[in-house]
Amino acid sequence: MKDFIIPWDDRDMGTPAKEGAPVTLSIDGFEVTVPEGTSVMRAAAEAGIQVPKLCATDSVEAFGSCRLCVVEIEGRRGTPASCTTPVAEGMVVHTQSSKVRKIRKGVMELYISDHPLDCLTCAANGDCELQDMAGAVGLRDVRYTAPGNAGLANHFEARNTSGEANAQWMPKDESNPYFTYDPSKCIVCSRCVRACEEVQGTFALTIAGRGFDSRVSAGGAADDFLSSDCVSCGACVQACPTATLQEKSVIEMGTPDRSVVTTCAYCGVGCSFKAEIQGDQLVRMVPYKHGKANRGHSCVKGRFAYGYATHRDRILHPMIRDSIDEPWREVSWDEALSFAAARMRGLQEKYGKKSIGVITSSRCTNEETFLVQKLTRAVFGNNNTDTCARVCHSPTGYGLGQTFGTSAGTQDFDSVEHTDVVIVIGANPTDGHPVFASRLKKRLRQGAKLIVIDPRRIDLVKSAHIEAAHHLPLRPGTNVAVVTALAHTIVTEKLYDEAYIRERCDWDEFQDYAEFVSDARHSPEATEMLTGVPADELRAAARLFATGGNGAIYYGLGVTEHSQGSTTVMGIANLAMLTGNVGRKGVGVNPLRGQNNVQGSCDMGSFPHELPGYRHVKLPEVRKIFEEAWGVEIDPEPGLRIPNMLDAAVDGTFKGLYCQGEDILQSDPDTKHVAAGLAAMECVIVHDLFLNETANYAHVFLPGSTFLEKDGTFTNAERRINRVREVMKPMNGYADWEVTQMLANAMGAGWNYTHPSQIMAEIAETTPSFAGVSYEALEEKGSIQWPCNEAHPDGTPLMHVDGFVRGKGRFIVTEYVATDEKTGPRFPLLLTTGRILSQYNVGAQTRRTENVVWHDQDILEIHAHDAENRGVKDGDWIRLASRSGETTLRAHITDRVSPGVVYTTFHHPDTQANVVTTDYSDWATNCPEYKVTAVQVSPSNGPTDWQEDYAAQAEKARRILPAAE
Amino acid sequence: MASDMSAASLEELRQIIDAHLHLEGPLLPMLHGIQEAFGHIPAEAHAPIAEALNISRAELHGVISFYHDFREKPAGRHVLKICRAEACQAVGGEALAEATLSKLGLDWHGTTKNGAVTVEPVYCLGLCACAPAAMMDDRVVGRVDTARMDEMLTEAGA
Repeated sequence: MKDFIIPWDDRDMGTPAKEGAPVTLSIDGFEVTVPEGTSVMRAAAEAGIQVPKLCATDSVEAFGSCRLCVVEIEGRRGTPASCTTPVAEGMVVHTQSSKVRKIRKGVMELYISDHPLDCLTCAANGDCELQDMAGAVGLRDVRYTAPGNAGLANHFEARNTSGEANAQWMPKDESNPYFTYDPSKCIVCSRCVRACEEVQGTFALTIAGRGFDSRVSAGGAADDFLSSDCVSCGACVQACPTATLQEKSVIEMGTPDRSVVTTCAYCGVGCSFKAEIQGDQLVRMVPYKHGKANRGHSCVKGRFAYGYATHRDRILHPMIRDSIDEPWREVSWDEALSFAAARMRGLQEKYGKKSIGVITSSRCTNEETFLVQKLTRAVFGNNNTDTCARVCHSPTGYGLGQTFGTSAGTQDFDSVEHTDVVIVIGANPTDGHPVFASRLKKRLRQGAKLIVIDPRRIDLVKSAHIEAAHHLPLRPGTNVAVVTALAHTIVTEKLYDEAYIRERCDWDEFQDYAEFVSDARHSPEATEMLTGVPADELRAAARLFATGGNGAIYYGLGVTEHSQGSTTVMGIANLAMLTGNVGRKGVGVNPLRGQNNVQGSCDMGSFPHELPGYRHVKLPEVRKIFEEAWGVEIDPEPGLRIPNMLDAAVDGTFKGLYCQGEDILQSDPDTKHVAAGLAAMECVIVHDLFLNETANYAHVFLPGSTFLEKDGTFTNAERRINRVREVMKPMNGYADWEVTQMLANAMGAGWNYTHPSQIMAEIAETTPSFAGVSYEALEEKGSIQWPCNEAHPDGTPLMHVDGFVRGKGRFIVTEYVATDEKTGPRFPLLLTTGRILSQYNVGAQTRRTENVVWHDQDILEIHAHDAENRGVKDGDWIRLASRSGETTLRAHITDRVSPGVVYTTFHHPDTQANVVTTDYSDWATNCPEYKVTAVQVSPSNGPTDWQEDYAAQAEKARRILPAAE
Repeated sequence: MASDMSAASLEELRQIIDAHLHLEGPLLPMLHGIQEAFGHIPAEAHAPIAEALNISRAELHGVISFYHDFREKPAGRHVLKICRAEACQAVGGEALAEATLSKLGLDWHGTTKNGAVTVEPVYCLGLCACAPAAMMDDRVVGRVDTARMDEMLTEAGA
């Protein structure tokens, strides 16, 4: 790994860590004890001795090709490579004998004879391992030069002195927007190829040719990096010891001089990164090796797609307007805040205390979210708070709370390294949670089995070196039927873990449940017609999961975003309990959270019925804690959920909204209804980085700050509380928590937090599962998985180890009820939606980065059979219509989806896939049914009227008056 | 060029791939089988091979490009390999090679216009005792001089 920034705990140890019995050996006279299986190189590094190396790095297994790390071992012949030689008890190693020093110098001389000596103008100057090693071995002279009249025997000179072209020279590949491949600097150490295979699992790179002709090659002979299978995760760039694979930002800006460890603000994996900077300029984001969620890996979004933070579209000054058909006026913070406060208070006076509310953001920190819900509870005096988790994982909170007793996943990500059978249901990890997908694929390559339950043939079903044992391509909307049929098979074939159930679960409830699922109407054969899943395949999958060893279930929004989302979550919990798969490593129920802080925003009491820590507002003892802490009275009545707020707005009873860091217009279902609700409000305060789609209906715009500009914490899908650290000062002047505090104070709150750590202290004081969390503890431990309190002072990597949190695990009957959204003659196809690797949700951030080269528009995937019936050809414009609305986009014909099913993404506002989705929602939590919409597809000539009207309205609503001089 | 390949050829390709799938380490035998049937590894074969073995196209490219004997394009009707290793060089192998290439007007790996002969370098045929050595198709020939070479080329129709 490139190691320009040197926190000393971030040293490259050469080869990966091993687990095993202790072995003691002597290296250069120092005794060192390491686990069995450790390489001599790593043992030396543990003893503080760096053996020179080029082809070894601790992110990939040893390879033994560069021959620079040779050592002498007493009693052994020759000079073995220290990277590939495992330690042995009593071994005596010499790393700097005169013999190996001479060999190293000779090896280095050969390397340098085929490397340009342009160090001073090279992008890796000062951050180059080849340079370091030339220094470390004391290379002073290179004797090898090309013979006078012969061709150039090197790879780095384009032409010889007579101007003849060098056939071995290859130009730079600059096709990837974020990094370049310069073959002339390559030493063919294969680190990039191995990182792509071992760390990322994409196998996009290879060494083409042999001997002197060997070259790193992306894809096949005709490919460049962009056209190859490369997913731009950056693992190869990270592994490259030279400037061969180099970030374009470093080429442009130079090497960074400082680094700050922080947490990525994209998906729920919550990767740790080192933000490497010069002054206040971010040079690059580098995955942090000690990050416990990502273990040194990254994806294209976290590693490269941060350009939005300094994009020219960012709004840096507060703006107000009296009505939404006026242009915006830039004003001072004071004016904007007093305007907003006066309007909100005025609405409360006119329409009542409950006529205003807030929406907290799953993209903001725990501290910020806590303040926003405190704003509504302590300052507005109601419980009208909701969050974007409403539209993604609210069924997870409900379902797991009911069955296990906690509203969170049971494992940490490391657990996947111990799993034997994995069910992935309603999730597409290679696109949505890429770093987790890489860790899962690594386990699959080691032999774990995979069952995919998804309407679409996602990449995990089959890609290089992995293949699902079973893919159950169900019809959208039939999750419950499939999950219950799996349970039917397990129960009727007596594959369940009776001892586990008797010990940990309520046996009577199990018997009721067993009787329910054993009914023949739940058999795979009976439900096959309905679900489209072949019965024998489903039975085989159930048997595999029940008998294959440690079974883990990972699921995503394909489970929750249905009218029976909560039921499916409970069905998944049932499956895990049935098979005894909760409470140890390698098993569990693992919701893959969509956003960086969905878990945190739910924990922080963003829901209208729950105070922080998932405690119902109706409970007086809970209210008392906060009433005493805040010195106010808390409304015992739950407030409005997002859909209720919009309904109430249309009815004229809900009038004002403070919406932080969420674009509900684009992300929530049934766009027209959302637009009508927002338009009916008299004061919409949008607090965001950009004039997003919701801001088209706003009266006050408060500029937001990015995750790079503030301190705080995010909680990822494994309940891990990670620090977010300020890398640069907020361009807009204030971190988001400060803006919320100023708004609260403008409304008379009198808050005086000076640092987010004080907010965390308040959270810890009021919320038992966070009692042991503090910034000091986070600094010391790196990260903490809640619950963290007296009973678990170091946090809780695995939940329910000695029994379920609620006492006995509860089996809940999961009756399948078909959604009301049904296909018919007018709308015969089922639309399901999802996201893609390079874009993120509404795309407000990723669309403002170079990631658009991979996905510049939303595309409709349609099966050839359905396309042919409709006269649709690949790449055609088509009209996609449902009962709610219609839009147009281009079609892509594929067999990834079954006949009868179409699929698209929702990243682009000019497509607005959510114009089409309906307002049906989960029975328990109102989580919208994004994943099932009956639609019709027909050829089209261009945008729909709605798209044109919307674009015109958006353009008008985004006008900004020049600031008064 | 998918269009260049007939349905029959694609079917044959598929059969060769399937016939090797049961082997442990099926890729090299599969590539040999394809080269034997088609005289080269057609680009159309890449996707089905990668699909059948569940490897990436980069990996396949790595393997094919590692072995000089796997061809992207069909060779001429005959393949002449001239040894360029040390022993042959020591007794005029280099001059023989240059003379042969210039006579045919070819560079290494080139094929005569009439498609009769492709000339390739080889590094040691194990005939050092009778250097310079060459190989026409499967037949090795020792002590090759220009006359012998001309004879072979004429026989091959170059």
